[in-house]
Amino acid sequence: MRCDNCKERDAVINLTQVEHDTKVTLHLCEQCAQEKGIETGTTALKSTLGTFLSAMGKGTNLPVPADTVRCPSCGATLNDFRESGRLGCAHCYQVFAEQLRDLLRRLHGSSQHVGERYVAPGADGESSAASELLELRDQLRRAVENENFERAAELRDQIRVRE
Amino acid sequence: MIDLALLPDGGLGWLHASGPHSQIVLSTRIRLARNVMGHPFSQRATDAERRAVLARVTDAAGASERLRRAVLLRVDELSRPDRQLLHERHLVSKELAALDGEGARPRVGAAVLVDDPGGVMVNEEDHLRMQAMLSGFDLESAYAALESIDSELGRLLPFAFHSEFGYLTSCPTNAGTGLRASVLIHLPGLVLTKEIGKVLQGLTQVGLTFRGLYGEGSEVVGNFFQLSNQTTLGKAEGELLDHLGRIVRQVIEYEEQARDVLLKTAAGTVEDKVWRAYGLLRYARSLSFEETMNLLSGVRLGVGLNLITGLSVYTLNKLLIHTQPAHLAAMEGRQVGDPELPVIRATYVRSLLGAETT
Repeated sequence: MRCDNCKERDAVINLTQVEHDTKVTLHLCEQCAQEKGIETGTTALKSTLGTFLSAMGKGTNLPVPADTVRCPSCGATLNDFRESGRLGCAHCYQVFAEQLRDLLRRLHGSSQHVGERYVAPGADGESSAASELLELRDQLRRAVENENFERAAELRDQIRVRE
Repeated sequence: MIDLALLPDGGLGWLHASGPHSQIVLSTRIRLARNVMGHPFSQRATDAERRAVLARVTDAAGASERLRRAVLLRVDELSRPDRQLLHERHLVSKELAALDGEGARPRVGAAVLVDDPGGVMVNEEDHLRMQAMLSGFDLESAYAALESIDSELGRLLPFAFHSEFGYLTSCPTNAGTGLRASVLIHLPGLVLTKEIGKVLQGLTQVGLTFRGLYGEGSEVVGNFFQLSNQTTLGKAEGELLDHLGRIVRQVIEYEEQARDVLLKTAAGTVEDKVWRAYGLLRYARSLSFEETMNLLSGVRLGVGLNLITGLSVYTLNKLLIHTQPAHLAAMEGRQVGDPELPVIRATYVRSLLGAETT
């Protein structure tokens, strides 16, 4: 159906008005509807999102929308975090460091950890025999899951030697 | 049904009322949140990834000195009554046990390693939630128990740690130390003298928070409050514990003062109140859980004020745990419908109180 106003574009909106006790239905295209000052679905959505974003304190000058940067490790976006309140993985703290630093300051009054320092096993150059053994067992489990039996046999032998 | 007798001390060592201030403070609980590097956090992880985390944690526990003899319970394989039982014993959180919806199922890989006084929830919001629970007010011993588990597991598993943000957790509210210490405290004096509002307001101003008997999101019943640190980042573990400890000691003092005031200004009323509570518990034929908690609070106050003698705090602690629905059902050895519960509860309370002479 053509637009009743411009008679060119396709009508997408049915506008029913009551004038002098008679019901008049106009079929309008999106552009003509907007010119008549009628809020269409898309304009309504845009303004809601606008208020939503500015309410989040980011406004429209956000350099990149919150859902375009993905954590390369787990695939989570900042929007995922805003919705669930949970981060996807440890790597997210790297990827979203800037935003999280602000949030952590608001939550805790500081973003700098001053408690116990932790060094992961193996990170200081020498890993303990026990953690190496656990690592091998983990690799073995994965090899079996992936049906890589040749590798599994190698790993099993290595574990035996160490045990 | 799981056999709780197999657990070290039934997971209830903290009930013994042997710790410092155990008249007013029921228990001290500390937990540390940790995640294993290289795996997504539990909520985003796939079933296979959570299973892998569980396998790594149980391997590490098996290789450790402190958790070698811990009992592993696969929460994801337990029935709902069993999960509720563990929750009522404060061994697992509501989230891990998936007790919110009627048909809710725990995440695949959800498990708990139970030992006394420490244990580990696996695949809760964070991969590891190490926890220690002790009788009375004893932050030092609880942290010492936990620290040894933490440092041992931390040598066997690579924990996610960041030089600025500290230990990395699924929710930023736990980042940094990952430490939450809670003290379960009974404050009927402050409630009766209507001073409690001021005290609780003061707590929030000094960075502490209060909750009900079962932690986050639970209501306050029977005048039991859980006081804990609000922030986990920007202060060292020792500072967080010192601060909480100082405030709790102050709250204990306020509570003792309030009890003195009650005795001095309204001894008759208080005496009547605590004996009425005892009378109802001792002879009632039907008791709801909430009513039981409130009456137990009255009797506990009576014992604390030496108005009721011959009744041990341990018995009162035991009643607190064993009058809960899943515990009553376990005692009966069958499923118990809601309408039957109050009668079974009252029978149990009568038998326990009848065995002690007052």
